[in-house]
Amino acid sequence: MIRFQNVTKRYATGQEALSRVDIQIDRGEMVFLTGHSGAGKSTLMKLIMLMERPSNGHIEIGGRDTSAIRRSGIAHYRRDIGVVFQNHQLLFDRSVFDNVALPLQVAGYQHSDIGRRVRAALDKVGLLHKERVNPVTLSGGEQQRVGIARAVVNKPALVLADEPTGNLDPELSAEIMTLFRQFNELGVTLMIATHDIDLIERMNKRVLQLAEGRVIAGGVPQ
Amino acid sequence: MNRFHPKRKPAPTPRKPPPRPQGAIQSKAAWRHRLEAWQAHHSNCALESLLRLLRTPLQSTLTWLVVAIATALPATLYVALLNIESLGYHWQDSSQISVFIKPAAKTNAIDKWADTLRARSDISDVVYVSPDQALVEFKTYSGLGAVLDDLTENPLPPVLLVQPSTATTGAALESLLTELASNGLSDDARLDMMWVKRLEQLVELASRGVFFLAALLALGLLLVVGNTIRLAIESRRDEILVVKLVGGTDAYVRRPFLYTGLWYGLGGGLIALLLLALGLAWLEAPVASLAELYQSEFSLSGLSLTHSLQLILAAGLIGLAGAWLAVGRHLAQIAPR
Repeated sequence: MIRFQNVTKRYATGQEALSRVDIQIDRGEMVFLTGHSGAGKSTLMKLIMLMERPSNGHIEIGGRDTSAIRRSGIAHYRRDIGVVFQNHQLLFDRSVFDNVALPLQVAGYQHSDIGRRVRAALDKVGLLHKERVNPVTLSGGEQQRVGIARAVVNKPALVLADEPTGNLDPELSAEIMTLFRQFNELGVTLMIATHDIDLIERMNKRVLQLAEGRVIAGGVPQ
Repeated sequence: MNRFHPKRKPAPTPRKPPPRPQGAIQSKAAWRHRLEAWQAHHSNCALESLLRLLRTPLQSTLTWLVVAIATALPATLYVALLNIESLGYHWQDSSQISVFIKPAAKTNAIDKWADTLRARSDISDVVYVSPDQALVEFKTYSGLGAVLDDLTENPLPPVLLVQPSTATTGAALESLLTELASNGLSDDARLDMMWVKRLEQLVELASRGVFFLAALLALGLLLVVGNTIRLAIESRRDEILVVKLVGGTDAYVRRPFLYTGLWYGLGGGLIALLLLALGLAWLEAPVASLAELYQSEFSLSGLSLTHSLQLILAAGLIGLAGAWLAVGRHLAQIAPR
């Protein structure tokens, strides 16, 4: 599903965020991405989202060579990837329903279809009863669950999560992780960047460890 | 949609390419759905951007007024020119040659000459005004009635008002004038055409001025709408970022702002028309009484329906263009980081 071959990312400032990275993540895997801040976690995610392009090397996502995707194709490419952010990036000028519906509207789904899919996603994260509410009134954990519903509403094959539990207490974090595990059991490939070592140990999944732009453990499946 | 979702296709062979060859009907249906969704997004955007403008009525009205004033100014000048031009034609049509007869001329000689003139094909009508008639008319319209009563004799000469036929113009008119002036009975013949020609030249010059002004104001409008849209883009920065991250195309992100620009233009154009109509209504009564003083049936005319629609459309297009400029410059700068 995700394949990095000898990938290097050097920024214009000369800083090398990733050096000769090789990664392979198979379809249906759930992988944690750890490392200190500045180790290259965000850069790795940005390369997958095509927010950045590698300076060197080869990236393949879902069997597609990303270097072949031009600027105009990026929007369509991103529709196949769900993203969960640490600060959840919800829009407070609209309801929970409309926040979750955004990826479907963007992709041109039909109105009736949108209603059905949004409710299914909200039901999965246990927030169906809050669909008419403005997300600003929700708790941190609930907001993050709305963010997750938005990431999976399109049924993407790959979901990236960047510090999804960063601002949550352990109990809520565990709840979010359970949700991720459920999606994984449905066949979704997951890549979760996190600092939370306890959580990772409890989940018993592959851990990809980065340090100073290099993979120091877990780059390929055992 | 999901090019690499494993659970999506229940087919036994995984990663089969999308069923293109046998799926003509399917893909037709998909295209129809996409087209419908595209249309739905357009009408949604159109309505939503209008509602968004109406939610901030003060700010929107200010922008609309700016657009309206910048549109109304050249439109007013244009209407004024149209009216002056039509006034010119009005008087040009009624251009007549006044032939002043020698005071010593005999009445029956004048009548005979008038009859021969009437028979000519290049003259449509001849009216004889005797000195007495002329005096009565002069007393009525000059306002000097009482002063004229003191005159011991009528100083006014008899006059033949010669109306050339409509086909008689230019050189033919000039030679007719010379011929009438050189007749033994006539003292002088006048065709007051010079001022009509000068007016035409002035109108031509002024219309160029109006065009230039309109171009300048259109440029200003472009910038005003562009700047307003730039602010709108800034205020929706978060939304744009999220939409881009979940796979919104540039066109999708652009659309609501383009509609906003269009609404600014169309609304401003509509208000400009209202301003113009108000101005015309305000001027109508004084113009009518002025026209009456000059014995004219002239009345102010406004823009025709076609011209009104063109004005609104032009303002709308300028709004759209302004939005396009702003969107092109600023949306690219907002990219997820």
